[in-house]
Amino acid sequence: MRNGPTWFNVTSLVLGFAFLYLPIVLLVIFSFNESRLVTVWGGFSTKWYVEMLRNDQLIDAFWVTIKVAFLSASVATVLGTMAALVLVRSGRFAGRSLFSGMIFAPLVMPEVILGLSLLLLFVSMDQARGFWTVMLAHTTFAMCYVAVVVQSRLVGFDKSIEEAAEDLGCPPVRTFFLVTLPIILPGVIAGWMLAFTLSLDDLVIASFTTGPGATTLPMKIYSQVRLGVTPEINAVCTVLVGFVTIGVIAASLATKRQHLQRERDERAAIANAD
Amino acid sequence: MNEAPASKKTKRSLGGWALIAVPYFWLFLFFLTPFFIVFKISLSQIAVAIPPYFPTFDLAEGWDAFWENIALLSFENYVWLTQDDLYWKSYLSSVTIAGISTIITLLIGYPIAYAMARSPRAWRPTLLMLIILPFWTSFLIRVYAWIGILKNEGLLNQFLLMLGVINEPLTILNTNIAVYIGIVYSYLPFLVLPLYASLEKLDESLLEAAEDLGCPPWQAFWKITLPLSMPGVIAGCFLVFIPAVGEFVIPDLLGGSDTLMIGKTLWVEFFANRDWPVSSAVAVILLLILVIPIVLFQNHQQKIAEKQQ
Repeated sequence: MRNGPTWFNVTSLVLGFAFLYLPIVLLVIFSFNESRLVTVWGGFSTKWYVEMLRNDQLIDAFWVTIKVAFLSASVATVLGTMAALVLVRSGRFAGRSLFSGMIFAPLVMPEVILGLSLLLLFVSMDQARGFWTVMLAHTTFAMCYVAVVVQSRLVGFDKSIEEAAEDLGCPPVRTFFLVTLPIILPGVIAGWMLAFTLSLDDLVIASFTTGPGATTLPMKIYSQVRLGVTPEINAVCTVLVGFVTIGVIAASLATKRQHLQRERDERAAIANAD
Repeated sequence: MNEAPASKKTKRSLGGWALIAVPYFWLFLFFLTPFFIVFKISLSQIAVAIPPYFPTFDLAEGWDAFWENIALLSFENYVWLTQDDLYWKSYLSSVTIAGISTIITLLIGYPIAYAMARSPRAWRPTLLMLIILPFWTSFLIRVYAWIGILKNEGLLNQFLLMLGVINEPLTILNTNIAVYIGIVYSYLPFLVLPLYASLEKLDESLLEAAEDLGCPPWQAFWKITLPLSMPGVIAGCFLVFIPAVGEFVIPDLLGGSDTLMIGKTLWVEFFANRDWPVSSAVAVILLLILVIPIVLFQNHQQKIAEKQQ
């Protein structure tokens, strides 16, 4: 706006962000509470973090969750990137609208339906439920998110660079790894991170598709929350929130730096050409 | 890779076919096939067995057994859904709660998206980041955070009592109000993002022209900004409404025992009553309710995507 931000705009931003962030900030503050009561401040303490680290079940659940998230995010990134290439580059083919439907529908599909349907699939395949079924389930819905993120990167992409490489005799697979992938890489990384955090977060789908011996952290948190709010859960949540926040900020700084670097390179190239 | 222009059919290499086949096959197996299985099991009956329903199909038993099993399938579970109040009340109240929450989210989200799009250019990446960040932090954690705030002895009541606004604590947790707060809070970023995208693209010279011609700002907003931001409004509302209808975590943790939402009903039917056939039937009906908004949403997204290309 030419006149700078108005009072109305500043107020709505401040209130909006306060609404979004206050609950999380309070949760973090009360994880350092001495008192067992979550809502009464009894002085600063880190004892709940010590308690959390002593809780073997929690630590086990944490590792299961990290393994599931890492594996499913990696497979989902490969599949999702392929799907994005199909959506943007493959033109028309039989069943294309079904394909794009299968990419977009899981984004809005209620989790209870996805979880139940996958569980029934695994049961009818006589597949023992546990770590691998959760991993497969997470891969399936995460790949759709990856596809959408990578697709938006591919849409704004100058196709003539790829065509130049192919005209010079570069085989398609090599063109992808040497030309396309470096350019869409920020989208692919963002997609991987999104897939990772989605898997890290998921309660509903994991509860349906898991079996004995594979309890994930959200399931553990959920069962404890049902028994009551404790500072220990606040501590676990704080660690998770911190983890994700650092990851997202680091990734966005890296993307920004890469962007600036590319701009510098382009300017240098133009200067040289002159 | 295929360099075919979208309109022309070209020869596809083996690699090009493989590129399509792998994700296609994956989604077909893990996304589409399960729906047929859900439908099939919704026609079965509950049984004390593993898995807890019959008939179970086994092709090794031969075709005769197969046809006998087919004959055993029935729509009984669907009839049951219409007979028991619980189910249709759950569907109705899910759609109502999701609808009202969507409207509240829009009323809160619009000023935020508008202010973001009108903020100085240098602020925008940071503001965008601040909207996206909660979207990355766990859904469960964000819902959980509200329990400590809304409880009777929680932070909100303590704060209001301290200010002297109220004399005794308000009961908010375990009521529908808490469910509305939870949905609005959790889904706000989903609405703000597409809305911001369409407001940011808005050509400001239109507003300047309106102003030069003597149009008051609120009328300019009503006649120019709002209509041009409709694609963002529609996309955002779908992104809130559709998942909110089937929401489980929010009504379960924040709602009370009288909060009926179909996601919770399905969960209880499955995990507590272990009635797989009835929960499958509940899922099929929920899917039928959501098919219309989902298809509308997809057409809308496709139109936007085509415009971009």
